[in-house]
Amino acid sequence: MIKAKDINERTPWQDLTPGGEIYEPGTARAFNTGTWRTNTPVFHEEACKHCMLCVPFCPDSSIPVKDGKRLAFDYMYCKGCGICENVCPFKAITMVSGGVAL
Amino acid sequence: MSSCLSGNEAVAYAIKQINPDVMGAFPITPSTEIPEYFADYVASGEVNTEYVTVESEHSSMSVCIAAQAAGARSVSATSSCGLALMYELLYIAASCRLPITLACVNRTLSGPININNDYSDSMGARDTGWIQIYAENNQEAYDNFLMAMPIGESPGIRLPVMTCMDGFITSHAIENIELLETDAVRRFIGDYNPENFLLKKENPLAVGPYDVSAYYMEHKVQEAEAMKAAKARILEVAAEFEKISGRYYGLFEEYRMEDAELALVLIGSSAGTAKAAIDRLREEGVKAGLVKIRVFRPFPGEELARALANTRVVAVMDKSEGFSANGGPLFAETRSALYDLKERPYLIDIVYGLGGRDLKTEDIEKVFSRLADIALTGEIGPIYTHMGQRSKEEIE
Repeated sequence: MIKAKDINERTPWQDLTPGGEIYEPGTARAFNTGTWRTNTPVFHEEACKHCMLCVPFCPDSSIPVKDGKRLAFDYMYCKGCGICENVCPFKAITMVSGGVAL
Repeated sequence: MSSCLSGNEAVAYAIKQINPDVMGAFPITPSTEIPEYFADYVASGEVNTEYVTVESEHSSMSVCIAAQAAGARSVSATSSCGLALMYELLYIAASCRLPITLACVNRTLSGPININNDYSDSMGARDTGWIQIYAENNQEAYDNFLMAMPIGESPGIRLPVMTCMDGFITSHAIENIELLETDAVRRFIGDYNPENFLLKKENPLAVGPYDVSAYYMEHKVQEAEAMKAAKARILEVAAEFEKISGRYYGLFEEYRMEDAELALVLIGSSAGTAKAAIDRLREEGVKAGLVKIRVFRPFPGEELARALANTRVVAVMDKSEGFSANGGPLFAETRSALYDLKERPYLIDIVYGLGGRDLKTEDIEKVFSRLADIALTGEIGPIYTHMGQRSKEEIE
């Protein structure tokens, strides 16, 4: 039985599952939607007051929080919408052009 | 065992014998009696089918899709606008590779609103990925329904099957019929044991995920290949069915075609009328024959080309108007099938019988006399015409 992780865009039609059915749960983990990003947020930790405003505004799960402090961006989820930059009161987030912050 | 049943009763009885897990039930003329008769079997405890009464055909097919994905054998029946309302779900069922069985009692589509027979409903659904098998009479309606599941559920096929019969003409007329014993039916159909289903605890199944363009084409190729493979499976199941019933079925039926020079290609109950006319013409020495298409999807193109290869003139009779301005759907398929022949017969299309317009043996004889004229003169005349309508010009 073929697993989702063994299917990719080079798999021939003979090896795909009938109708695209999937034989296991939780396969979204194998799907990196962060690759869609065309703009990238950059986190300036020194300016951050950990007010946590960016966390609930993020439409996905790109801002992990641990022990009351936000951590670096999880780019696996980030589509680069820029909402976090917009709501940050301390200029601790800036958007740069492109899918990767150089 | 012999009985006397209408086409609808025969299909309801077939469903009773099969005892499916789920029926999505919604009434529409002329298929209403199928869920109606079957409701009796449910009420009297003769079956243990989950009988789901829904608010529309969109929902009855949705119920079937969900049930079949969960690993349950599901059936439904509909006609005309009911089938049209299922349109979206017909594609879902086929592309999710769910072998649902649907009795389609052919009725024309509105408008103007009309409840009588032609094939505009199922012909509109011909490209949905469903196998389509048409019946000439009550016996075939019963037999085709029994053969549907072994065809569709076969692991190499996994496609839904629509068994079609003519509204009122077949669905409501009572005929003598040979029924199989229920035990024999159950043995023939077997259990439905899909390898994977929604609630299988070892590997829960996700059905119908979003298919990006990097995958969609591959899945459509799978579906197309399954439809091609269905031809052999249909014949295999027919051979097994012959063993228990003594009744033979092919992809189509050839009637007096051995030496036929003039031939008809048509579908369904009109074949009975055509056979009577052909018998009469044969007495007069006319080499007339008939090919009655039983399986329309997959279309038996190569086989049909072989069957018609030695004829001189052929009339395709379409009981649905495709509005292609180039002939009806059966004509399009037939003409395409004949293209690869080195020597092709003359071919014309006659659209007839729309909205229940009657077809008589005299009408068939008129068609053959037109074919005889074409054979004699080599002048084909208009290729695509209608028959049976009142008209200021008489094209006969």
